Amino acid sequence: MSTASTGAGAVKQQVPSGARPDLRDDAAKAGRSDRAKAEARLGWLLAGPAFVVMLAVTLYPILQAFYDSLFHFRLTAPDDRRWAGLSNYAVVLSDPIFWQALGVTVFITVVTVVIELVLGFALALVMHRAITQLRGLLRTAILVPYGIITVVSAFAWFYAFAIDSGYINHWFDWVPGISADLNWFAQQGTSLFVIILSEIWKTTPFISLLLLAGLSQVPTELEEAAEVDGATWWQRLTRVVLPNMKAAIMVAVLFRALDAFRIFDNVFIMTNGANGTEVLSLLAYRTSIGRLEIGLGSAISVLLFLCVILICWIAVKLFKVDLAGGARGAS
Amino acid sequence: MRRRTRALALVVGAAVAAPLAACAGSGSGTPVLTWYINPDDGGQAEIAKQCTESAEGQYVIETSLLPRDASAQREQLARRLAAKDPSIDLMSLDPPFIPEMAEPGFLAPVPEDVASRVSENVVAGALAGATWGDELVTVPFWANTQLLWYRKSVAEAAGLDPAAAPVTWDQIITAAQDQDKLLGVQGTKAESLTVWINALVASAGGTIIENPEAPADEITLGLESPAGEAAATIMGTIGESGGVGGPGLPTEDEGASLSIFQGDRGSFMVNWPFVWSATKAGVEDGTFEQSLLDDIGWALYPQVTEDQQTAPPYGGINLGVGAFSEHVDLAYEAAECIVTPEHQAQYFATNGNPPSNTEAYDDPAVSEAFPMADVIRESLEIAVPRPQTPYYNEVSSGLQQTWHPPSAVTPEVTPTESTDLITAVLRGEQLL
Repeated sequence: MSTASTGAGAVKQQVPSGARPDLRDDAAKAGRSDRAKAEARLGWLLAGPAFVVMLAVTLYPILQAFYDSLFHFRLTAPDDRRWAGLSNYAVVLSDPIFWQALGVTVFITVVTVVIELVLGFALALVMHRAITQLRGLLRTAILVPYGIITVVSAFAWFYAFAIDSGYINHWFDWVPGISADLNWFAQQGTSLFVIILSEIWKTTPFISLLLLAGLSQVPTELEEAAEVDGATWWQRLTRVVLPNMKAAIMVAVLFRALDAFRIFDNVFIMTNGANGTEVLSLLAYRTSIGRLEIGLGSAISVLLFLCVILICWIAVKLFKVDLAGGARGAS
Repeated sequence: MRRRTRALALVVGAAVAAPLAACAGSGSGTPVLTWYINPDDGGQAEIAKQCTESAEGQYVIETSLLPRDASAQREQLARRLAAKDPSIDLMSLDPPFIPEMAEPGFLAPVPEDVASRVSENVVAGALAGATWGDELVTVPFWANTQLLWYRKSVAEAAGLDPAAAPVTWDQIITAAQDQDKLLGVQGTKAESLTVWINALVASAGGTIIENPEAPADEITLGLESPAGEAAATIMGTIGESGGVGGPGLPTEDEGASLSIFQGDRGSFMVNWPFVWSATKAGVEDGTFEQSLLDDIGWALYPQVTEDQQTAPPYGGINLGVGAFSEHVDLAYEAAECIVTPEHQAQYFATNGNPPSNTEAYDDPAVSEAFPMADVIRESLEIAVPRPQTPYYNEVSSGLQQTWHPPSAVTPEVTPTESTDLITAVLRGEQLL
């Protein structure tokens, strides 16, 4: 939920800073006034404790994981702890299991984000344009899947598709390829299909709400002007609406991509990594928690963290997602 | 109004005082022993209550529930013990994980007098499972084994009488094939798959690990052998597409096997004794007909070959005492109370978990609840534990990785593949 609130906030901050660049430039040129300095100091005082707590609960474990990854260390053999240098990383990076898990993770991330973006945008449009009176109720209703604990929704989807207790095979046996004998969780393709479907069902509402926030910030005058000029619906969407909410779209994609890359619950519950469905988080979990190999598991976790950083870097540098721009402009 | 205020004050006062009084009670006198238990039908909590009463104030046993999954139980206990958690006085341990806990000294040594008392009349399989490095490191509690369960009608039609003479895997596969029935075996990628592989290899006269007490990088596997190939042949045949394993085999656990066995295509099944009490309960609540229960027979686990005695799976729970407990002596006293033959018989009759002590089988309540108690006892005497090594998790996960799905198992490739993977993992050269 914290990402949702952060995301919505970031979207709101994007638009004013984009719409009034002159204000930001003037403030920067003029230097900071006493009042601005006092406000900045107050800001630090207010945010400081939270910042320190955040460092303690995020930075410390990250550094600890990196340190642990430099040792051969098994939890049930505490006396055998010995220096490994970067050899844990060499083992991980030279193992096809890691690359396969990375491939599956990237595949799930790309597919879910693309589908969720399209579906989420359609839902946002419906909420924004078609049903204005029921918008509040709809926003709440649409959030229901997102509010369900992932493990619970994973079990629900698992049981729906299970060969012994599921109903999907019976309901859809008229579809070619689906019959009572189809074991969805026995092959890679069908297993990934259910996992991805469950992810999409659960997190599309998140994307649609982020996009709805972006949509509502697009000035209606621009659209009206385009309409007067004779632009078609499609032209207004692609030339006016989408360019004006690019920041909101990129924030939605970034947050959802980071979320999807860390997928764990659905895979853990549905296949536990069987049939080539292992993802990076599950591999890290099985190594650190299952095998109790703290050194090797930490190395995988650090690599997972670096992948997440890489996604952030690509989004911020290549796609120019300016997460802090609005906040700076306001101060 | 005043009376009401006074009553309210009394309630508030009592609410504040009660927890304080409880703290004072536990702090001042009776030591509290925490027993980490695996989920059951309330049997362990009941025994804890009875032992607390019979201790007459010497100690109080409180239970703390572990996760349902055996490997998740291991994870929690190992992590707590690695952090030297003093709250673990007693723990219900799955036998394959005992060496991993015993090797680093996470279990308090069993005093000699206690060891000799708790080993008396204990079935061989359970005693082997409670031992590491020739020493008893846990107290045998209940012992489980798998039987061959069969539909009498199917066996009869195939001309087999498993209760009278041992049957082989080939015989039951053919019988199921001929009658278009399904076999109940556990092919899901989980611990139950390791149980099946181990039983097949051991029944063929082999072992998965040849030197289980060796250090990780010196462990040698015995899968590249006629026994490993025989096991792979049986599993591959059952797993064949359109075969007697059925389409659900790659995700079939013990519960799913039971559902298949109870259905129209049920024939033979290898499974733990809980299937009997579960089916009986189903008949009592009207889910199944009495005729289903009457059609169920039981026998020793199937043999791989006609001339080699079977080696059924061994499971169950033993009691470990935490090395970091503040009350090790009392914990062993409590453990002795928990595992008395009377408590084991009571636990079997009420929760369906078979005793490790042969005396308990003489209890009339046992034979009434489980008419197959004698076969269970016989099976426990010849049962073979899964590989006893501190690296059991690597071995078991490596087997699951390479022997799943059963349809892909072949005698030419699978034993070699699993040997290579497990050896590389144990040497720290590969991920799992």
